[in-house]
Amino acid sequence: MTTLLFPVAAVGRTTLMILATIGQIAIYAGQTISHMFRPPFYFKEFIHAVMTIGYFSLPVVGMTAFFTGGALALQIYAGGARFNAEAVVPSIVAIGMARELGPVMGGLMVAARVASSIAAEIGTMKVTEQIDALVTLSTHPMKYLTVPRVLAATLAVPVLVAVGDLIGIMGGYVVGVTRLDFNSSAYLHNTVDFLEFIDVFSGLVKGAAFGFIVALMGCYYGMNSGRGAQGVGKATKSAVVAASVLILASNYLLTELFFSA
Amino acid sequence: MIELQNVHKAFGDNKVLQGVNLTIQTGESMVIIGGSGTGKSVLLKSVLGLIKPDSGVIKLDGQDVATAERDAFLARFGMLFQGGALFDSLPVWQNVAFRLLRGSLKRPIEEARAIAIEKLRRVGLKSAVADLFPAELSGGMQKRVGLARAIAAEPEIIFFDEPTTGLDPIMAGVINELIREIVVEMGATAMTITHDMSSVRAIADKVAMLHDGIIQWTGPVAKLDDSGDPYLDQFIHGRAEGPIEAVR
Ligand SMILES: Nc1ncnc2c1ncn2[C@@H]1O[C@H](COP(=O)(O)OP(=O)(O)OP(=O)(O)O)[C@@H](O)[C@H]1O
Ligand SMILES: [Mg+2]
Repeated sequence: MTTLLFPVAAVGRTTLMILATIGQIAIYAGQTISHMFRPPFYFKEFIHAVMTIGYFSLPVVGMTAFFTGGALALQIYAGGARFNAEAVVPSIVAIGMARELGPVMGGLMVAARVASSIAAEIGTMKVTEQIDALVTLSTHPMKYLTVPRVLAATLAVPVLVAVGDLIGIMGGYVVGVTRLDFNSSAYLHNTVDFLEFIDVFSGLVKGAAFGFIVALMGCYYGMNSGRGAQGVGKATKSAVVAASVLILASNYLLTELFFSA
Repeated sequence: MIELQNVHKAFGDNKVLQGVNLTIQTGESMVIIGGSGTGKSVLLKSVLGLIKPDSGVIKLDGQDVATAERDAFLARFGMLFQGGALFDSLPVWQNVAFRLLRGSLKRPIEEARAIAIEKLRRVGLKSAVADLFPAELSGGMQKRVGLARAIAAEPEIIFFDEPTTGLDPIMAGVINELIREIVVEMGATAMTITHDMSSVRAIADKVAMLHDGIIQWTGPVAKLDDSGDPYLDQFIHGRAEGPIEAVR
């Protein structure tokens, strides 16, 4: 009987562990937000984080968006051709990029690039006692390390998403005009005419949420890193996995919130 | 005055501190000795609140450190970590001047840099080192930068975790003298962990030996050689035979 229950127990244990982790992350998020509004503020750390998280992610986000926009144009053309609706390509590319693919692809790329590097950096600081050293130097690790990064990502990722939207639409345009025989000015007109404020706005809000998630996961797993190189490796992996899953889950929730009838 | 009363700390099944009692008077230099892995570093970190003891009381000037106001409490301390714990994203001088560049002790950047370079000189490092990054330094140099950082803001109480490990004999002598100077001239209270018996004699007013989770022996450094304690005797003479097992 006990052996029969073994798998059930394992499932139960895992579930409890996941729930505990979710609780801890929620507490950590709450603490981070509350520290955002209490001095001291580390402005230099914030600017540095904006540069590494935002500015230096531009190339990778731009490339991703360009190819995604191009592929999207090809797919919608092929799909639209089945019921003679090839003309929808420009507007669907724009709406698809702005609402979904811009923020989600951008968020996932930033998760891969930034959540990993934050977790590895903070995890290494943890295992080499640098976090303890910060405390003894009267500096709150959460204020000095977490708050600047989370704030920077929350503000910078929407900007990345906006740039990604533009480049993605341009990718669709390039493919549309060179490969699918669209008229250049008609393509642009179609893009602009059908795009609504909410399409872009919802994407930017998603970007802010994803930025928050990415930096928070990097910091949380870094701060809770195990000992040694193996601990840091595990923290890095967990940060990227958690950030990616949370991005996709929150993307669904935000989509429900904005667009459910 | 720092008082530890019946302090216990275990990591899982590993009982590290099992009832430590120790008093360090203000302005006194206490040296902690004891075998590798006996919990000396854990003891220092417990006083600073970096590790929470499972039970027992730690008091600073009569006040329980667990309930003390953290910022004011930590502002009185300087700590050299066993591994240096330098911030590798910052150049050496900003590591040393970390406290002087932010928070309540903040001062103009030029002044902070000048103090950092002066402290580096005191631990035997040239000013050219100031603009290097910690990763570009040797282990012993990193240790000394850590020392310079610990004393930069001239704290009242300084903890040194193995300050001379990894240093050549001359440099070890320089550091021993520096620690003595800090205690005598600045009137600081010092707590030093070391395995180096010549350091013990150079630095200590009092010595405490940690073994099996308790303070096995404590007394003035002059009594070190005729304590009559078999554990202490074995330890300071480095004998393989004796009450302390070689495999722990
Ligand atoms: N954060 C921690 N988690 C789990 N165990 C720990 C932790 N810190 C220390 N320990 C354990 O506590 C014991 C004492 O460690 P500590 O670093 O205090 O030794 P030490 O006396 O300073 O030794 P050494 O002279 O080699 O530096 C060791 O067995 C160590 O494995
Ligand atoms: Mg130690």
